[in-house]
Amino acid sequence: MIRLPLVLMFSALLFSAGVYGVLARRNAVMVLMAIELMLNAVNVNLVAFAASLQQMSGQVFALFVIAVAAAEVGIGLAIVILLFRTRESINVDEVNLLKW
Amino acid sequence: MNVLAAEGEVAFEATTNGLWFVEHAWIVVLVPLVSAALTLAFGKRTPGKGAVYGIVGVGAAFLFSLGVLWHFVEGGGPFEGSIDWFTIGPLHLELGILVDGLTGVMVVVVTAVSLCVHVYSLGYMHGDERFTWFYVVLSLFTAAMLTVVVSNNLIQLLVGWEVMGICSYLLIGHWWEVKENSNAAIKAFITTRVGDIPFMFGIIALIAVTGFTTTNIGEVSHELGLGEVSPLFVSVAALLLFGGTVGKSAQFPLHVWLPDAMAGPTPVSALIHAATMVAAGVYLIGRLFEVFLLADEWVLTIVSIVAAITALGAALLAIVQDDIKRVLAYSTLSQLAYMVAGLSLGELGLTAGFFHLFTHAFFKALLFLCAGSVIHAVHSNNMSDMGGLRRSMPVTFWTMLIGSLALAGIFPLAGFWSKDELLVVAHEEHVDWLFIVFLATAAITAFYTMRMVMLTFFGEYKGQAHPHESPSTMTGPLIALAAATVGVGLLGAPQLNAVFGKWVFFEEIHEAVFVPWIALLSTAGALLGLAAGYVLYRERKAQDPLQAPLGPAWNLLQHRYYIDDFYMRWIVYPVRDTWSTAVNWFNQVVIDGVVNGAAALTRAFAQVIAWFDRTAIDGAVNGAGEVAGRTGNVLKYLQSGNVQWYAVGLFVGVIALAVVFIRVV
Repeated sequence: MIRLPLVLMFSALLFSAGVYGVLARRNAVMVLMAIELMLNAVNVNLVAFAASLQQMSGQVFALFVIAVAAAEVGIGLAIVILLFRTRESINVDEVNLLKW
Repeated sequence: MNVLAAEGEVAFEATTNGLWFVEHAWIVVLVPLVSAALTLAFGKRTPGKGAVYGIVGVGAAFLFSLGVLWHFVEGGGPFEGSIDWFTIGPLHLELGILVDGLTGVMVVVVTAVSLCVHVYSLGYMHGDERFTWFYVVLSLFTAAMLTVVVSNNLIQLLVGWEVMGICSYLLIGHWWEVKENSNAAIKAFITTRVGDIPFMFGIIALIAVTGFTTTNIGEVSHELGLGEVSPLFVSVAALLLFGGTVGKSAQFPLHVWLPDAMAGPTPVSALIHAATMVAAGVYLIGRLFEVFLLADEWVLTIVSIVAAITALGAALLAIVQDDIKRVLAYSTLSQLAYMVAGLSLGELGLTAGFFHLFTHAFFKALLFLCAGSVIHAVHSNNMSDMGGLRRSMPVTFWTMLIGSLALAGIFPLAGFWSKDELLVVAHEEHVDWLFIVFLATAAITAFYTMRMVMLTFFGEYKGQAHPHESPSTMTGPLIALAAATVGVGLLGAPQLNAVFGKWVFFEEIHEAVFVPWIALLSTAGALLGLAAGYVLYRERKAQDPLQAPLGPAWNLLQHRYYIDDFYMRWIVYPVRDTWSTAVNWFNQVVIDGVVNGAAALTRAFAQVIAWFDRTAIDGAVNGAGEVAGRTGNVLKYLQSGNVQWYAVGLFVGVIALAVVFIRVV
């Protein structure tokens, strides 16, 4: 049995990597993937606590998160494709029309 | 005249046919008031310029008042009824009617004369510029006089009294384009006001007797009758009230306005300044007779003296007048003084005085309307422009002759009976000096009456116009009044039971007595006067035949005893030149200064407010907008459109919250 703090530390690292990706990457696809990393870091946490506390609800919740993440990626990639078709670029820095 | 009947209570048992009219006597007041309002509102759009409202209204009131009088003819008692008006502190005011025999007679007199004058004015005022307005005020006056007559309380009486005053003012000044007419109106108004001020204080004194709880005449009389008020107080109150009479009934020394009031149209002179309004002062004494009887004796003595001076003095003045209306005006003064003097003789005198008021109203209205008819024909007031009119104006001549003989007191016309009764009362009360004054005045009256008739109707015509008989709207009322003049005297004839004394009496009915030697004496005096007048004025002379023999006395009479000059010199001019200048200065400088100062202050303050509004209030509002705008301008750069920067903010925030929660909480 892997000890809980180790798992949590792993999940924190994973989340941080996701945060970095979201904030630093310019490629929209990479940003979406970084979001996936963050979601999965949360999933790891949920499952780890479920195992540690002997409660199934954490695992169920993780399944929901995976489902929502799939939907999110579906919509996200669709947006990225449309973006590419109109702007011929998926650089998030150039998508800044929604402002003052 | 029992005025102590409780509110709404009939002080007698048997009902009479006239009872309904008595109980609803307020209608008689309301009808002319409504007709005045209708004339005012619709008069100019009505065919005939609205005279129809006044004639129908006053005619209805006349018929109604006959019903009221019928109650007393049948032997009914007084009635009092009232509704609440308003209350000030303890003072309880009411609108009410007090109908006794005196009221019954007065409403008939007022409405009868008013009706005649309304009809007569159709002809006399035909084509007048302010014809409709004339009828409005005529009807309003009638309503006001009736208010005075039926009123059961002092305040309501005062209201009617003052409305009469203003109507008199408006009608004297009806042709105000001529300066003398408006001057006469102002003179009449101000002179009567001099009397009205003591009158008002007298009313306040009487209200004070009841502890300021009521103005009801019956209750005031009752309160006085308890004898708890000091006689001096009652005397002073009575004297103050008499001030109202002196003003309104034009007694010496406030008589000066009445001759000048002849500037008004003649029908007005007949109605207001001969038959009704001037009689209101006499009526006032009769209505508040209790007060005068409870006062010390010297009050009634003063009343007698004032009346005697007026009776004799005015009769003498009538001798020298050239203006036919002024002859009648001085005659009116003299006859009013007769009534006042009669009332000053006590309970017996009340009946006699009011009987004279009753008869005088008819024959004096008749004389004035006749004079109006003459003036209408010759376009002049002066008898020096008349003469020989009996042929061209037969109806006017005969009716005026009847009126003149009645005024002179010739049997069996109205004036004979009423003057005779006054003489009898003066004799019975042993007031010999008044008896002599009555007799002398009667002789002088006969003399100037004859002079007037001779100068107007006999001799040669002196004027320039072409005299003709007046239209039937004018002669009709003349004939009606002449018939009344012949008839009404018999109501007080002792031989015919003297029914008048059974309607108008104080406390108890006194049988009228006929004293043959007094009747003979008064007739002899009257005949003497008439004969002297006939002899002196049978032939027209360039100069008045009295002028030479009278010498300086003639001048004295021509200048009205210099009373008017005295008032002008010592009252009017000083007031006008000093007081009114001072008041004018006070008005122009102080009052206007205060008003303008207040305005300037308000303006200045408004400017401060405006500055504050523009600077502070607007500044705050605009400032708030400005601040929001500028802040937004700076902060808008936060919304860069760059999603990753938003995310940075999000995470920084989360971390900050985490730090706060962990470290602080």
